[in-house]
Amino acid sequence: MKYRVHVRVVPRAGLLDPQGQAVEHALTVLGFKGTGDVRVGRAIELAVDAASREAAEAAARQMCERLLANPVTEDFSLTVEA
Amino acid sequence: MLRVAVVRFPGSNCDWDAYHAVARAGAAATFVWHRDTDLQQADVVILPGGFSYGDYLRSGAIARFSPVMQAVQRHAVAGGAVLGICNGFQILCEAQLLPGALVRNDRLTFVSRPVWVRVERTDTFCTSAYARGTEMRIPVAHGDGCYVADADTLRMLEAEGRVVLRYVRGENPNGSVADIAGVSNAAGTIVGFMPHPERYADPLTGSDVGAGFFRSIAAWLPGGAARSTS
Repeated sequence: MKYRVHVRVVPRAGLLDPQGQAVEHALTVLGFKGTGDVRVGRAIELAVDAASREAAEAAARQMCERLLANPVTEDFSLTVEA
Repeated sequence: MLRVAVVRFPGSNCDWDAYHAVARAGAAATFVWHRDTDLQQADVVILPGGFSYGDYLRSGAIARFSPVMQAVQRHAVAGGAVLGICNGFQILCEAQLLPGALVRNDRLTFVSRPVWVRVERTDTFCTSAYARGTEMRIPVAHGDGCYVADADTLRMLEAEGRVVLRYVRGENPNGSVADIAGVSNAAGTIVGFMPHPERYADPLTGSDVGAGFFRSIAAWLPGGAARSTS
């Protein structure tokens, strides 16, 4: 069974995110009032061949822990679609 | 003669500079390609600066899993000496051979200029030629050089004296926590830092204040303490 995995990686909360700050500043300058706490990360999409949704998620979780996210500086979340 | 392997990844661009600095210091330098797993009996491995694998995903993240890094891991775990310069430092952190991580510079710009740094640990294979507290001006050239680590790791690094290089106050070019420019493992056999001493290792390029790192390496006795160079 093929599953579509969406991985979301963001800088760990509390860690300085200069890109997020720059984007936040730009949004304010553009007149978007009340925006704050902007974090810039990355989205990764991939296909996984697995026996079940749980197996696909377990595989994706391992990919995040080993390569897609840096455990020192980033947090990740993922969703799996059939 | 001490043998030094300089690893080349696709995108390495300080490999020749490192090779030249090593050879000029009197050690035997060889190149090792990223697909090789034979370090050619090197005593010391240098991971040079550059943009391995285009810095895709994160700086050093892909290089960490290259075939040669499996050999470097074994070499490092067995007590062999490894020096990571700039991108090499990023790779060592990604490989978890050194603690912490290097993230985007706080001002988001690539910095390429000489900065003042201070040598704070001298009982390593690559800093023994310097006196503790030596300050020198050497180039940095990076976009992802902001060193970060959690509070416990920082306390450990400071308590164990594992900060090898620190930017002199006011010189920090990237927002690194505690002005840290480079760190080591406890034994001092694995060292990584952002500045590029190989670019200031020959008067030809304007200064040779960084040559001491390579003289330290050439004088190092594998498996023992650093040989006195005085």
